[in-house]
Amino acid sequence: MKEEVKLMKGNEAIAHAAVRYGCDGYFGYPITPQSEVLETLEALMPWETTGMVVLQAESEVASINMVYGGASTGKAVMTSSSSPGISLMQEGMSYIAAGELPALVVNVMRGGPGLGTIQPSQSDYFQATKGGGHGDYHYIVLAPSTVQEMADFVALGFDLAFKYRTPAMLLADGIVGQMMEKVVLPEPRPRRTAEEIARQCPWAVTGNPSDRKPNVLTTLELESDKMEVNNRRLQATYRQIEQNEVRYQEYFTDDAEVVFVAFGSIARICLKAIEDARGQGIKVGLLRPITLWPFPTEEISRLANRVKGMMVVELNAGQMIEDVKLAVEGRVPVYHYGRMGGVIPNPQEVFDATLSHFPFLKK
Amino acid sequence: MKAEDIKLDENKIYCRPTLLNDTTMHYCPGCSHGVVHKLVAEVIEEMGQKDNAIGVAPVGCAVFAYNYIDIDWIEAAHGRAPAVATGAKRLNPERLVFTYQGDGDLAAIGTAETIHAANRGENIAIIFVNNAIYGMTGGQMAPTTLIGQKTATTPYGRRVDLNGHPLKISNLLAELEGTCYVTRQTVHTPAAVRKAKAAIRKAFENSLAGNGTSVVEIVGTCNSGWKLTPDQANKWMEENMIPFYPLGDLKNNSQK
Repeated sequence: MKEEVKLMKGNEAIAHAAVRYGCDGYFGYPITPQSEVLETLEALMPWETTGMVVLQAESEVASINMVYGGASTGKAVMTSSSSPGISLMQEGMSYIAAGELPALVVNVMRGGPGLGTIQPSQSDYFQATKGGGHGDYHYIVLAPSTVQEMADFVALGFDLAFKYRTPAMLLADGIVGQMMEKVVLPEPRPRRTAEEIARQCPWAVTGNPSDRKPNVLTTLELESDKMEVNNRRLQATYRQIEQNEVRYQEYFTDDAEVVFVAFGSIARICLKAIEDARGQGIKVGLLRPITLWPFPTEEISRLANRVKGMMVVELNAGQMIEDVKLAVEGRVPVYHYGRMGGVIPNPQEVFDATLSHFPFLKK
Repeated sequence: MKAEDIKLDENKIYCRPTLLNDTTMHYCPGCSHGVVHKLVAEVIEEMGQKDNAIGVAPVGCAVFAYNYIDIDWIEAAHGRAPAVATGAKRLNPERLVFTYQGDGDLAAIGTAETIHAANRGENIAIIFVNNAIYGMTGGQMAPTTLIGQKTATTPYGRRVDLNGHPLKISNLLAELEGTCYVTRQTVHTPAAVRKAKAAIRKAFENSLAGNGTSVVEIVGTCNSGWKLTPDQANKWMEENMIPFYPLGDLKNNSQK
């Protein structure tokens, strides 16, 4: 069968992909620049077709707790929001991580801090990759750079979330959320049946303990020794994820003297800058982390052994650069070029900033 | 009847509900929670809902409710139980989903979640124990603390000018289109216990019938927080709490 190519916004692609994944429920609250996710889902009326629940909550605090409630019952549930809304969800994210619950959270980032701007930004990198809420926890963070990846990472995020019993975040930004591109939507798959949930999620609070002991989903443990055991179990999962799930893409790194490290939309602007530079015989390349947590530390470390420097480009004041520096361990200089407040640099600006730090690139 | 015969099952006229786990509760002697737990367990058992119930526990004294009633439970963050229950119920519409919350959880930090779940008419039951104090954290002022009532954070008594008024949240919930049944009960006498049990049953029946949100407020005692003996606490409740929080149905649109 010929692939059906559609033209749509990244936010719309997420909604379509969620229904096609067999998502059981979406709970969300409007916020720019991602309201199209909820709008599209309401227009698709999936409760009439797949039986998927879609509900506009009274706040992001409520949405994330509806996700917590739904995920506790073994269902595939998700929410989406943008930066200020994601801040409100941090309490719930901590509970979902502590409860070892699979769930998908989409953050279409806008500029902060505070109410900030509705324009694109990547300034929630720290929040997304270091935990964000209280306690020692992580979740898988996927960084789409195209509308196609917005669609594809819904299934990837859910699959990883269920595999490791952890929340996953799709960390996009206003550019990828709002721009329209060609996209091939994933093949529809059915929602999990009650039997499949009972088999795949024996921990789930299904409300039907007939052939098992009652399940209790709690994140509370007042005995320190036991709470440390719970923490060690979480940490063991995180080590497994770090070992198995690092994803990244490299462009022109084989002979590069300087490698860009950039994720999401800005990686594409870097790629354009790199192509222009290559046209002038300047050997630069790009490493685009696809998972921001787990971070491609090893690959960046390998690159540090053969390049002369790294250029981290982000739509923030310098967040991912800290992880790049930890990977590089001082072997080569690492510089940052970042714009804030919703400003998007063009490839020339990226290129000029790079040349200012690495003048030897000018032949 | 011989003493031995009294112990026979067929001669029992009363026993611990089988869903109430045979374990030591952490509640203080005299606390109302133990009685309310027993009623919830009894009603679930009598309605044959053991294999169809999901409880949502709060943060507060009832945080360990899941240790005592032998059904599936989700422990929610402070105040978020109605949102958690919304998620669980919407995705499992055939289940009996209920929350069990205290006054701080339901009427302070979780006010938004409470009002909006009720206003949407979520088919859940809310068991709301109002003892006018934060028990778990050591007796601080609650949204329902009475004027003049001394707590750890109102050591000279609650003052309107400093702390505002006690919140009659059930009256507010009764005004919402989404609620079908809102009642205020207590459990300090055998007659009151029977009425409270009937109210909990009605709330659970409403949830299963899809009538909307049901709220059963139980005005309860916290003798430790109030620094009274259990007996004095019952008297104090009768003389102070019940006049301000009068008992009875605030709304009853239950229909089968």
